[in-house]
Amino acid sequence: MTAAPSTPLALVAELTHRCPLHCVYCSNPLELTKRETELATETWVRVFEEAAAAGVLQADFTGGEPLARTDIVELVRAGRRAGVYVSLITSGLPLDEAKLAALVEAGLDHFQLSFQGIHKQTAREISNTTSHAHKLKVLQWLKKYRLGVTLNFVIHRQNILELKEMVAFVEEYQPGCVEFASVQYYGWGFANRENLLPTRKQLDYCVETLKTAEERLRGKTRVVFVVPDYYAKYPKPCVGGWGRKLMVITPDGTALPCHAATVIPGMHFENVKEKSVLAIWKHSSAFQRFRGEEWMQEPCRSCDRREQDFAGCRCQAFLLAGDASATDPVCSLAPTRTSVDAVLTKINDVPEEKVDWVYRPNPI
Amino acid sequence: MKPELTATPKLAPGVRFNDQNQQPRTLLMPERALRLNGPSLAIVELCDGNHTVQQIAEKLHALYSKAEPARITNDLLGYLALLHDQRAIDF
Repeated sequence: MTAAPSTPLALVAELTHRCPLHCVYCSNPLELTKRETELATETWVRVFEEAAAAGVLQADFTGGEPLARTDIVELVRAGRRAGVYVSLITSGLPLDEAKLAALVEAGLDHFQLSFQGIHKQTAREISNTTSHAHKLKVLQWLKKYRLGVTLNFVIHRQNILELKEMVAFVEEYQPGCVEFASVQYYGWGFANRENLLPTRKQLDYCVETLKTAEERLRGKTRVVFVVPDYYAKYPKPCVGGWGRKLMVITPDGTALPCHAATVIPGMHFENVKEKSVLAIWKHSSAFQRFRGEEWMQEPCRSCDRREQDFAGCRCQAFLLAGDASATDPVCSLAPTRTSVDAVLTKINDVPEEKVDWVYRPNPI
Repeated sequence: MKPELTATPKLAPGVRFNDQNQQPRTLLMPERALRLNGPSLAIVELCDGNHTVQQIAEKLHALYSKAEPARITNDLLGYLALLHDQRAIDF
């Protein structure tokens, strides 16, 4: 069955690619959008109005660092006025108390603060910026308001062993939600993949730790775990299915069905400067490309799970199998699963980093 | 966690209804949305911090007078516990 498009439910507004952090797993594309091509305030305002009218319930303001936009308060106000639920997905770095007060007054619904680690050294190594102490201050400021707060920890090989400390930190602060999000391998994360993939042993530790954490935090903080899908048996239902729920708008106004969609060759993406959100949602060839099931290959075509996972991620299929229509190679049923296993074998075979000491001998 | 009958549930921080003119009535929360109708809508609309669980139960008993009141109260407690674990309400 294809393809009377449903209505879009969520808009991901990448307001800018500018960011004070330099995270090694950033999902932004390798080719970043320059400031001079960023959309004007009034274009974003129109986009929010069109999105709400098309059925969008929620807008995620992200980037880059969305606070790098000097018109951020105005944009939050415009989102709320249009009738969408506004989340700010931020490093918290270019924020002070006055700006936070203005954002809340403008109607911000939800504040998602990213953490690169639980120790300032780890955070610094991952982001190549000093930010940790400031984030702790932001958390204190947030306590003044009745605002939805999510803490987001991106998990990978270099910080996964800090997980228990992260959980203790969450337990102490008690945000409404915490996300432990395993790195997804797109953009810069794909470029740094071999240094970021956890080992199988680390993953077991992670799953065990989070099981206990979820029990302990029940009724206080909702725990969301994003699995590292290279280790999964079945693929993730990427973006809830291509062109089914979500639209991403890049800083220059390009409308994408998925954050990473620009890696797929031969696609033509529309721009909100030229067309309305609804026209793009309904008619853009990029949004039509992987809607429904006609495009699917075996084993997906005849698989019972195709309505749950929509054959997985198209960008990952292209990155790992060289074919955006293929079954997501992380699926255990995919003919190309061997390409994922080869990567896992490689990173699991590297011995644990054991420093080779040269001990001072006893003088004779 | 089930609430006491004397508790006064209210929407958790970051949780709100969509605007009055938007249909269907939907509870919006971080990264999720819950479409509400029938009894679930009636219940959540009363989670305003002013009604006790007992009062909400009584309103439901009146609304659904054909159903067994004890069963309604029990279902209500279960639903509120679920919303609480989802961090949609506080009590």
